[in-house]
Amino acid sequence: MCRLAMKTASEPFSPYDILKAMEAMQEGYDGSGLGLLLRGVEFADFNYQPTQPILSGIAHTEDALRRLNHFMQARGYELKYDHEFDLDLTKIESKDRYKYFVMVYKTPDEWQDLPQDEIDEKLTFTRLAIRRNGEEHNGDLTVFSFWPDVVMIKEVGWPLEVGQALGLDSGRIKSRICMAQGRQNTNYGINLYACHPFFIQGIGTMTNGENTAFVPIRDWLTGRHYPAYVGYQSDSEVFTHILHYVTKKLKLPLQAYKHVITPLKAEELEKHPQGDFLLGLRNSCRRLIIDGPNCVMGSLPDETCILVMDAKKLRPATVGGRDGEWAMASEMCGLDAMIPDRDRHLDFQPMREHTVVIPPERQEFKIWSQFDPFPLPQTA
Amino acid sequence: MVSIRSIPSSPDSLSVKDMPWIVEHDESRCTLCGRCTSVCPVGAIRLSYMRKRMPKIALNSTERGNSFKTFVGIRQRTDVEHRCIGCGMCATVCPNEAIGPVPNPTIDRFRFQSTKGGNAVKRGGRRNTPGPSLLDRIIFDRISMLTDPALDAGRHEFQVNTLLGRVLPPEEYLSRRAKGEWIPPVREIFPFIIGSMSFGALSPNMWLGLLQGVAYCNEVLGIPVVMATGEGGCPPWVLKSKFLKYIILQIASGYFGWDEIIRAIPEMQCDPAAIEIKYGQGAKPGDGGLLMWYKVSKLIARLRGVPEGVDLPSPPVHQTLYSIEESVMKMIQTMSMAWNFRVPVYPKISGSTSAKAVLNNLVRNPYAAGLLIDGIDGGTGAAYNVSMDAMGHPIASNLRECYLDLCAQGRQNEIPLFAAGGVGKNGNVTQNGMALIMLGASGVHMGKYIMQAAAGCLGSEYNRCNVCNIGLCPKGITSQNPKLYRRLDPDEVAQRVVDTFKAINLEIKKIMAPLGRSQSLPIGMSDAIGIDDEAVARRLQIKYVC
Ligand code: SF4
Ligand code: SF4
Repeated sequence: MCRLAMKTASEPFSPYDILKAMEAMQEGYDGSGLGLLLRGVEFADFNYQPTQPILSGIAHTEDALRRLNHFMQARGYELKYDHEFDLDLTKIESKDRYKYFVMVYKTPDEWQDLPQDEIDEKLTFTRLAIRRNGEEHNGDLTVFSFWPDVVMIKEVGWPLEVGQALGLDSGRIKSRICMAQGRQNTNYGINLYACHPFFIQGIGTMTNGENTAFVPIRDWLTGRHYPAYVGYQSDSEVFTHILHYVTKKLKLPLQAYKHVITPLKAEELEKHPQGDFLLGLRNSCRRLIIDGPNCVMGSLPDETCILVMDAKKLRPATVGGRDGEWAMASEMCGLDAMIPDRDRHLDFQPMREHTVVIPPERQEFKIWSQFDPFPLPQTA
Repeated sequence: MVSIRSIPSSPDSLSVKDMPWIVEHDESRCTLCGRCTSVCPVGAIRLSYMRKRMPKIALNSTERGNSFKTFVGIRQRTDVEHRCIGCGMCATVCPNEAIGPVPNPTIDRFRFQSTKGGNAVKRGGRRNTPGPSLLDRIIFDRISMLTDPALDAGRHEFQVNTLLGRVLPPEEYLSRRAKGEWIPPVREIFPFIIGSMSFGALSPNMWLGLLQGVAYCNEVLGIPVVMATGEGGCPPWVLKSKFLKYIILQIASGYFGWDEIIRAIPEMQCDPAAIEIKYGQGAKPGDGGLLMWYKVSKLIARLRGVPEGVDLPSPPVHQTLYSIEESVMKMIQTMSMAWNFRVPVYPKISGSTSAKAVLNNLVRNPYAAGLLIDGIDGGTGAAYNVSMDAMGHPIASNLRECYLDLCAQGRQNEIPLFAAGGVGKNGNVTQNGMALIMLGASGVHMGKYIMQAAAGCLGSEYNRCNVCNIGLCPKGITSQNPKLYRRLDPDEVAQRVVDTFKAINLEIKKIMAPLGRSQSLPIGMSDAIGIDDEAVARRLQIKYVC
């Protein structure tokens, strides 16, 4: 079972705070992987404009870095900022780390008049092309995200050690949202691409369980023939892609996510005010029903954070905080480490039917039950 | 001394030891009660006079050393019509365990003589391939309890039902909802379905028992079991009853029974579960249905709209069949229209290398509600031996290919594939069915297993019994003769149907729980299965385990 911690605050904070929360929950993972997703980013030495895409990843050799720079130049991206980590490579287990890159780019001028959708696709396909390039060269280039306002870091090792190795405690990089996952390797080999959080077009999710319905879901997503539905080094990557599919491709409200991955039973839908619509949705999205114990935490481009339970609530999760500062963690001790001085009476442990949403305003969190009326898409 | 001429030596003269089943009779235990001879469905045994030698010590030379005594004993007949079928009814009724059939351990000579009169041999029942089937060898090896000790088959809730009907891709569903357009009907059913066995093939008591059991499963246990009728219609009282919703009505190339059905539509209280268009059957691909004259009773004749006591062969193909495109279009649309597009309509075909072509055609037809593929191990009420033994395609690879083809097109959720043919043939019904489901089937149909489990059918893969075609079913399952079918109590059949489905339901959970699955039927979960044969594993794209 993996450990999850996520914090969202109006005031940017250091990711190291979250790593400390991970440390508090350390009996739940084995150091086989740590992943961080930072959103709403601030750099101490660069005035970052949140529209500029940030490329995050690892170049494992000098040649890979050179290739990457050529690649970006050739496509008209202009490098604006290259974050220098205060590195201490002795603290990193793997020996083939040449450079952790977090590089801010300006998109080509000719994109100015392109519709947003098209820009999104171009950024995504650039990331995929870099990933492929790395794969074609013995995996010497790993890329986690290429998106405005999002930084991702993944490494094998224990959270605090990784944090110290990358100098994250220096406070030179901060964010309003930080998601972290410490991985307990279950089924698949240790691989940087298998570390949570997973990311696609502004959407990031992470999980603390095992998705036993992985193969049929993967097969179905692959069958969409959408080039970005690839990877699947981890069974949990499909959670991210489903959220993307539901909100971006089907353009359904966020509430639909829970109805897709853990739909209500037929008898429950019979009594639901929008049961007829939801039953049809359940049938059509049947291959996306997840299984196994899971608590899914995610964040969206507008800085909304969500938490969704599996249909049996086989995994723990707690939400708590105060106006302007909220956190979610798989264990209470993780939450305590992130926001110690909160009113604990307001803590909430979601049950099987719940989606918890922290809107970008961060005044309070909302609890949606699957039994509540569902906001039908305008046209339906 | 016996004269040479009196020795029977024509080509078809057979001895008891030449027969496929040899009746062993222990005279010392027999009380000549005659029960065996009267119960024997084929008249294979009869009481007859025999003579035996009584040795005697001769005291002087004028006396003979032996005397002879006449007695009454049991004799097995050796002509083709009266061969012993190994049904074992004689053993069942004998109060003294004095009699019973044993299979001939050698290759019997009977098989070379059984085409008497130029008639190729027919039988009912099964394909006769004993031993573990391929499905029996598939194991479920991805035990997630080790990483997530969570699910308990007895305590947790499991979603095991499947969907029958055309499912729209999500984008299409939302767009049709938005525009208020037609959404194809979809039924939520139990994934183990009682496969099509016609009202003519089955006795009225069997049929009634099945229906009662199915109704109980639905209405009392909440297990939404459905059963298919096979060709030949459905009794009018059922058509007009609320039980019709548990029934898949089959239309086959003879269209038997469809006058009644169409006429009953205005009076139907509910819609049938689905309509199955039979293009082929696993046991005898390319051959139409066959109800032999023995079974065309008054009732059956009325239901089917034919004279009594005539053979009822259905043509091998539908009369409308000019091409698959045309047939699929015509038949599926017509049947859909008959119920105003409220009932799923799907074709049933025999396993074949051409299954993929049919499937791709269905994918393009917006009304097609699924595809049922019946593999070579499927059973039948009557077929030529050669068809049953040698024609067709095993279900596993046929289904798998079709499923992977749908996956490549991203349409595996849209056209549910159902598999049949040998599910539970050695008793492992849930294991066989779940293996097929993980290979990509949305559900499975089973016929022989239900006859065996619910009604005590005597048939076995060693060609035991298998005389379902001639109306002599010793258990009264496949006979229209009241003397025979009165042996079968519909209530007892219903009870066994219920027992069977309850057990399958539990076994499904016992398979799903360790795999960490409970939220949906693990269709296409091919990472959970393995087989101890590399070539098979490669062909099915599953794991090789040893
Ligand atoms: S086994 Fe059946 S067919 Fe053979 S003698 Fe006994 S009753 Fe007759
Ligand atoms: S018992 Fe009846 S149904 Fe079973 S094989 Fe014999 S004849 Fe056929």
